[in-house]
Amino acid sequence: MANTPEDLSYTKDHEWVRVRGEQATIGITDHAQNQLGDVVYVELPKVGEKFEVTEPFGSVESVKAVSEIYMPLTGSVVEVNEKLNDAPELVNADPYGDGWMIVIKMDNPAQVDGLLNSAEYEDYIKEEASE
Amino acid sequence: MRYIPNSPDERRSMLQDIGRARIEDLFEQIPEKLRLNEPVGVGAPVSEPDLVAYFRELAAHNATDYQSFLGAGAYSHFIPVIIDPLISRSEFFTAYTPYQPELSQGTLQYIFEFQTMICQLTGMEVANASLYDGSTGLAEAVLMANRVTRRDHFIIADTVHPQYREVVESYTKNLGLKIDYAPHTEAGTIDPASLQIDKTTAAVVVQSPNFFGSIEDLTMLAEAAHQAGALLVVAITEPMSLGVLKSPGACGADIVVAEGQSFGIPLSYGGPYCGLFATLEKYIRQMPGRLVGEAYDHDGRRGYVLTLSTREQHIRREKATSNICTNQGLFALMATIYLATMGRRGVQEVARQNLQKAHYAAARIAGLDGFSLKISAPFFNEFVVACPRPATEVMQALLDKKIIGGVALANYYPEMSDALLVCVTETARKSAIDDLVSALAG
Repeated sequence: MANTPEDLSYTKDHEWVRVRGEQATIGITDHAQNQLGDVVYVELPKVGEKFEVTEPFGSVESVKAVSEIYMPLTGSVVEVNEKLNDAPELVNADPYGDGWMIVIKMDNPAQVDGLLNSAEYEDYIKEEASE
Repeated sequence: MRYIPNSPDERRSMLQDIGRARIEDLFEQIPEKLRLNEPVGVGAPVSEPDLVAYFRELAAHNATDYQSFLGAGAYSHFIPVIIDPLISRSEFFTAYTPYQPELSQGTLQYIFEFQTMICQLTGMEVANASLYDGSTGLAEAVLMANRVTRRDHFIIADTVHPQYREVVESYTKNLGLKIDYAPHTEAGTIDPASLQIDKTTAAVVVQSPNFFGSIEDLTMLAEAAHQAGALLVVAITEPMSLGVLKSPGACGADIVVAEGQSFGIPLSYGGPYCGLFATLEKYIRQMPGRLVGEAYDHDGRRGYVLTLSTREQHIRREKATSNICTNQGLFALMATIYLATMGRRGVQEVARQNLQKAHYAAARIAGLDGFSLKISAPFFNEFVVACPRPATEVMQALLDKKIIGGVALANYYPEMSDALLVCVTETARKSAIDDLVSALAG
């Protein structure tokens, strides 16, 4: 059973969001890393780049596939997890901690209300699995 | 009609099923006037001996007894006999990387060796399994520099092969890239004062030896590019020069592309050839093309695999780094056998012979009344001669003496009507060079 902390928000594309004031930290969920398998490379944007909600901001490469990572919210990148360059496996080992990907400054914090909470996300992955 | 696998009855029944009376009805979308309404004009059937005789007769019209000093992107080099019998072995004789590649360890091993030798020659850290040719390789390098830097301004030296520049333009026409051409100086190399490198510049693109045969100052260009966060892309049409020149990698190049024809591949009227492509390891995920890696199996035995396929089209679909999903397998094999046969010292020896013969020819021609060297920069095996008459006239006079003197540069640089680009490789004997000199003297 995938781990889905209650204090985070989620997307149907399997990103998680931790909101602090105007900023939001973004990564991929435990379920996502589990589905991808061993992550060997994470491609991330540069600080200062701006993305619209649902736009891809990077990609995660596992031994079998490359998957896009999508913006849960509109905003500008203020910090990037440089540690993932040398240690992409952190995404597998600690997806909600050291495996975080970017921090953004939100353009429209109200967008957070449109995200899933942990219970909704858990329901969603169950539904996905039963399809 | 033994090549048509279905009978008239079967065809009739298929047409009936789809509700059409005649096969021609399948082409109704093509306007009537564009359709061929008569048999294809290939004449009546001929017997095989007659056909062979016909082509022998045609082949006899080929000019085979001319001495050629043509270069400009395709180079006459000696091809060791060992290449043909080896590539013709059934294990090797295919142009394709197999679809289940790991089954073909021999194929993967030679590609790995090819990549290794290309790295050694160019001084770069990684090389792919080859691209179509040098010009499309350069276009791929431009696209890659765009991906790496996320910038879209390119400065391309006007001494890059004109046809390579055209290919780059075709590839990038609809991508919104901005291309500026940097002019050359009297010396025939890129004018450093003209380089407007700024924070939007993705790469400076040069060829060395360039289209005039001149050797560019790659170290200076790499520093200038890197200062602004741009890459240096180096194209090489004559990689035999790497036998005597400092490698582009040692000069600070970020991407090196080359035409591999010089390494054991026949001239064949201009192709097919083999593109060489090498870069630094930090850019490997943005590199186009196939890549073979060395690995170890469960029992610790060495083996080879196609690696980093996640960049490629068959896995990544429209997000692939490039739509190049194949390589020039057979030609890469020819280059591999050539390089392995010659070895490090052999390539250096061939390069030295090119250098010495070309410089001997240049000195003798420059000593003739009315002739001089048009360009003063150091050169490898090609140089530009300033003629006392239009170069096309000089070439015509040489043709009458069964000598193809070179390429008239006015075709590409209209202001250079007196300029003849002459290439001298190891295949030109001293007597042939002396014949060229006396023919020019009139």
